[in-house]
Amino acid sequence: MIITDWAWLYIIILAVFVGYEVISHVPVILHTPLMSGSNFVHGIVLVGAILALGYATNDVERAIGFVGVVMATLNVVGGYVVTERMLAMFKKRVVEK
Amino acid sequence: MIDITQPIYVLTIAAFVIGLIRMANPATARSGILWAGIAMAFSIGATFFVPGLSNLILIFPAILIGAVIGYAAARKVAIVNMPQMVAIYNGMGAGAASTIAAIELIRLGNSSFNITIALLGAIIGNVSIAGSVMAFLKLQGWIRQKPITFVFQQVINLIVVAVGVLFGIAFLTHSNILLPYRSALVPFFVLTVGYGFLMALPIGGADMPVLISLYNAMTGIAVGLEGFAISNYAMVVAGILVGAAGTILTLAMATAMNRSVGAILAGGFGKTQDENRAISGNLKPISSEDVAVMLAYSSTVAIVPGFGMASAQAQFKVRDLSDMLISKGIKVFFAIHPVAGRMPGHMNVLLAEAGVPYDLLEDRDEANRAFQDVDVSLVIGANDVVNPAARIQGTALFGMPILDVDRSKNVVVLKRGAGKGFAGIENDLFYMDKTKMLYGDAQDSISKVIQELKKL
Repeated sequence: MIITDWAWLYIIILAVFVGYEVISHVPVILHTPLMSGSNFVHGIVLVGAILALGYATNDVERAIGFVGVVMATLNVVGGYVVTERMLAMFKKRVVEK
Repeated sequence: MIDITQPIYVLTIAAFVIGLIRMANPATARSGILWAGIAMAFSIGATFFVPGLSNLILIFPAILIGAVIGYAAARKVAIVNMPQMVAIYNGMGAGAASTIAAIELIRLGNSSFNITIALLGAIIGNVSIAGSVMAFLKLQGWIRQKPITFVFQQVINLIVVAVGVLFGIAFLTHSNILLPYRSALVPFFVLTVGYGFLMALPIGGADMPVLISLYNAMTGIAVGLEGFAISNYAMVVAGILVGAAGTILTLAMATAMNRSVGAILAGGFGKTQDENRAISGNLKPISSEDVAVMLAYSSTVAIVPGFGMASAQAQFKVRDLSDMLISKGIKVFFAIHPVAGRMPGHMNVLLAEAGVPYDLLEDRDEANRAFQDVDVSLVIGANDVVNPAARIQGTALFGMPILDVDRSKNVVVLKRGAGKGFAGIENDLFYMDKTKMLYGDAQDSISKVIQELKKL
């Protein structure tokens, strides 16, 4: 599947605006968790890394692909746990109130 | 077989957006990451239904290794060290994007349009992984945090990246300059990664958080571009989403410090000739006993936390102290500078961890209106964000909005030693007549003050 039409540009422009809207109303206290949260979201790169390794046909590609999947998984798992730990603190405070 | 992958990717993107929106609101923040997490799990699972996938015997161990290390490290690390964890995990994502680019480029099967996109993504990804690793090493203290500069730095950096990009262009146009065009990929990767390291060298001090945020946005864009190169819609949309959101966040952080992103990238924060600036006055130590007395006879106390509170893990003791003062009928508020600590909102996160009530926290503008009525400002390991030198033209901090702690009637500074702040410049506040220094680890110091307060 090779991109031939303009649909991509529409998608990208809309994604840019959604990203802008989401962030522009964020209070400062959530800057750090949100940075961490968006760090987790680009962990979607794991999908691409799995596909790259899944279609690898020689040892060089397999080696690079393997490293890619390990790194992407670190992004996903580490990103999730770090964000979750930060946000857990906000929950604790709300409960105490 | 029906391809369930695409419908799941579509739902994933919707859930990511919902997750980010929920994360942008304190009341729903925690459910936001859950939305994003579940969506991520589904999209990863769905990827295994893509037809023709092989090498599963390699994919599963790779995921297992990444998951175990990622989970263990993220669990173990102290909340204080979260900024560098964000940096390193961000770098891993960037690295993964670059490996996808590498495989795509080695294969050469695609159109030159796709190769261009893959090369672009690789440049951004390479700079981001090298820079993120550098940020991690600096924040972790494994290499010195101060800006590292040398002669002709900008020129050398420019040459490195330009030559790197030229090798990329040689590969794209099948030009055999110096070496066969296929081999040009090697210097292309080495030089662009090298540029990432070089670029981060002169950046340090208070600029670090902005830099991490910038790398986060760059990784998003790299992921989006590689998604483009391999025609994966989920990667494109999620990557661009993070790229856009991260860019706005970066600009917001830079604005909070009154610095432009360009100036930050030029580097050298704290490298002006500050040594020549004469400061009158001297540092006056105080005992914890005297601090307790001062606090007990105040009517309004401002607590100004900074990185020193974070590194000493003193937030729980600080909360005890504020509870105690409030129970004595003293008005207490926390003056929070947006970039105190190592990341925007760092102090809010730590104080939330300790359970300090939300309504005691005042932002910079509110706090600055209140300082003139404050009897004692207790500065706990904050330095650059309370340095009045920011008002003096020509100092490295000039222009950064600060907390006007020097306007309060008395100031007590809790500090580990007599050293300079993160930006590496002297703090005039510490030398003022009304300022007293309580030296020692912030947690010990506050414990002692609490003990003394109990005796009163």
